[in-house]
Amino acid sequence: MKLFDFWGGVHPAGQKHLSAEQAIQILPMPSRLHVPLQQHTGRSAVAVVKVGQTVRKGELLGQEQGGVSAPVHAPTSGVITAIGDFTAPHVSGLPLPTVTLESDGEDRWLEQEPPPDPFALEPEEVAARIGEAGIVGMGGANFPSAVKLSKARQARVHTLAVNGAECEPYMTCDDRLMRERAEHIVDGVRLMLHALQAPNAVIAIEDNKPEAVARMKAACQNEGQIRVVVVPSRYPAGSAKQLIQILTGLETPAGGRGTDTGVLVHNVGTAYAVHRALRQARPLISRIVTVTGGAVAEPKNLEAPIGALVEDLLAFCGGTTDAPARLLMGGPMMGHPLPGTQVPIVKGTNGILALTAAELRLAATPSPCIRCGRCVEACPMGLMPLEMSKRARHDDLDGAQAFGLIDCISCGSCAFACPSHIPLVQYFEYARGALEARQRAEQKARETRRLLEQRQARLVRAEQAKAEAAARRQAEKRQARMKGGATA
Amino acid sequence: MSIFPTSAPHAHAPDSVPRIMGLVLLAVAPAMLYGIVLFGWPALNLFLVTVLACLLCEAVCLRLAGHAVRPFLMDGSALLTGILLALSLPPWAPWWIGVVGGFFAIVVGKQVFGGIGQNIFNPAMLARVALLVSFPVEMTFWLEPRPLFSSHAPGFMEGLAITFGGIPNIDAVSGATILGHIRTELGMSHALSQILPGHYHAGTAALGWTGGSLGETADFLVLLGGLWLLWRRVFTWHVPVAMLATVLALAGGLHLLDPERFASPAVHLLSGGLMLGAFFIATDPVTSPTTKLGQLIFGAGCGAFVYIIRTWGGYPEGVAFAVVLMNAATPLIDHYVRPRIYGRTWRGQSRPVSERAKRPPIKSGEAE
Repeated sequence: MKLFDFWGGVHPAGQKHLSAEQAIQILPMPSRLHVPLQQHTGRSAVAVVKVGQTVRKGELLGQEQGGVSAPVHAPTSGVITAIGDFTAPHVSGLPLPTVTLESDGEDRWLEQEPPPDPFALEPEEVAARIGEAGIVGMGGANFPSAVKLSKARQARVHTLAVNGAECEPYMTCDDRLMRERAEHIVDGVRLMLHALQAPNAVIAIEDNKPEAVARMKAACQNEGQIRVVVVPSRYPAGSAKQLIQILTGLETPAGGRGTDTGVLVHNVGTAYAVHRALRQARPLISRIVTVTGGAVAEPKNLEAPIGALVEDLLAFCGGTTDAPARLLMGGPMMGHPLPGTQVPIVKGTNGILALTAAELRLAATPSPCIRCGRCVEACPMGLMPLEMSKRARHDDLDGAQAFGLIDCISCGSCAFACPSHIPLVQYFEYARGALEARQRAEQKARETRRLLEQRQARLVRAEQAKAEAAARRQAEKRQARMKGGATA
Repeated sequence: MSIFPTSAPHAHAPDSVPRIMGLVLLAVAPAMLYGIVLFGWPALNLFLVTVLACLLCEAVCLRLAGHAVRPFLMDGSALLTGILLALSLPPWAPWWIGVVGGFFAIVVGKQVFGGIGQNIFNPAMLARVALLVSFPVEMTFWLEPRPLFSSHAPGFMEGLAITFGGIPNIDAVSGATILGHIRTELGMSHALSQILPGHYHAGTAALGWTGGSLGETADFLVLLGGLWLLWRRVFTWHVPVAMLATVLALAGGLHLLDPERFASPAVHLLSGGLMLGAFFIATDPVTSPTTKLGQLIFGAGCGAFVYIIRTWGGYPEGVAFAVVLMNAATPLIDHYVRPRIYGRTWRGQSRPVSERAKRPPIKSGEAE
């Protein structure tokens, strides 16, 4: 199969050797789990359990609401001890509505029967079951998978691209999953193809994972419609837009969807979760998390229940050796700093990364831009980051937008390559926030003006009505007088 | 554990501005040392004076502007400017040429604009142009190489006297560069076939055994340094290749038309400051465009101006003028030459995917 190239990109040190040879271990069930109700893009789920209620493993905790949403389920059996705010796995440290579950140590499943033959189900039914299982994009996008599948089926997508590129340095959870559970992933891919009613699937894996490639190829041997494709290791090959470009040579139109190119991208972890949901009737209540970084004593790949604290995962990996210079959720290129270790992992958590100062290699202060153009060379979206950041820095939001601020995918390639260590992505995030705030203010001003105009129009109308009524009364009076005069 | 709300990425390429400057310094060092050996003690004196003047001006300006002196002085940019300026000066020029040049490069060429990254013109070339226009006599005094410790080279004390006191018996040492010689002789309606023999030899020209600026004559060392920087990915091939190719094409074409009037491409490539300019001057990131296409245009413009000035202009050599002229065009190039954004047309509109293009990358059942 012919592959194409994507623009720009960088070659960060992979550092996957730290955890790549560690087989997936199951994290012992923590005594307490904190399951946030919002772990996905879209509207938050609403709690359907009460404090003090006993739940079984896999039982519904939060019901989705609205078109784009996802339910959440109990990762183990136990008692609900609290429903309220708990620190979210986000740099802000802001609280999110969270269900706290005290484990009873028995891990009793809510037994449900899987459909005897999922392929006999209607495609919509398959998508509905994927939605009911609470499956969201496991690559970090967190978009509800059922919604994505249904929309893609309507858009008549011809190819499902299964993303096993795992281009983020340090991350090995997809690698391990492909090595150890290849058959299950392939089964999930077939189920997704059925839900999509699409003819082909391509599983894309970066060439730095030869074992995963071999295992996946073996698992696909008898699958005519599924093909494993090895793509060159270059960040961000695993970004959906770039992966589509590699596979088809086509670009997702600006403001459009990936499916406009006829391709739908899903993560390998999502395919695995689909298999679990349809073959075993298991909702998404656990995932593979890579716990790694120079500051972690024993880097591991863990199968951890959603809602386990970062603290629990780190403790199982022998804790941190030195005080980590930075603690991240996700990889070093796009991960978020965590406000502490007392935050739960969620459906989109692919890794916990504890980095030492040496690994971060940050200059104390950024130096002035020397216009070397390395950021332009590195940008996979064809942007000029130096020009954008210059404008963002001086609050010239329109200028930054004219240079393509909204096209930026925040991959961080520019900031990685910058010899002056300018935090380019931070400027872009700032500008995007300022732009949103400005749009909100404009919207508010428009709304106020509209209400004001309406009120004035109303007052004018009332005035007119009053005047007309007065005129009518006068005319009636006059008529009455005239009539009276005539009869007299 | 420190938590500060910083955006991703949390990894960085092993690269920095001082490292880039350091690599360029290493790459230029052979040509620099060779030039000093070739032209003896006076060249070394001028070199040191120029570099020190640049560093001093930088330090004073940083202090006046209220910036931290040490980190900026240590980034190597002022040192590099000083070295490149010194390499572009006549080797036996008096000390004050170096001082005035250093002042011009750093204060007028760089710090007035706001320091590193802010200048429009390449500081070293701006200074060279200013010196050439202001002091044409001192700036066009050339001599044949007199290697250090050779019989007719000046000794250490003599060298000091030349740099700080002036050259005794000036006509005895004076010579012309090959480009200057060609211009003078062509002006007297002599044909190139009469001019070049005896004066020009491609081999000695490539080895740098010819009159010229301090560091520009050793073309093979300059080329080696430049190729090494390309290999280390300090800059990309676009500017040097575009510049050299343009000179080559223009010189080759016109030479074919009239070999008696237009010197061959080899003469152009291996004389004057072209090689140094193509690899070490025009590639200055600050004053050249940031996109690849822009860099090609910039390089081609530099090459064209070099050839035009050398052939039809008022000066025998035009690298400094060419680079400064194209520096002035850089903001314009960067304004108009931008990459196409992913998913958009060149005009910035969303780029729809045609139905025809939506073909599956694999056919069903296609064999592995």
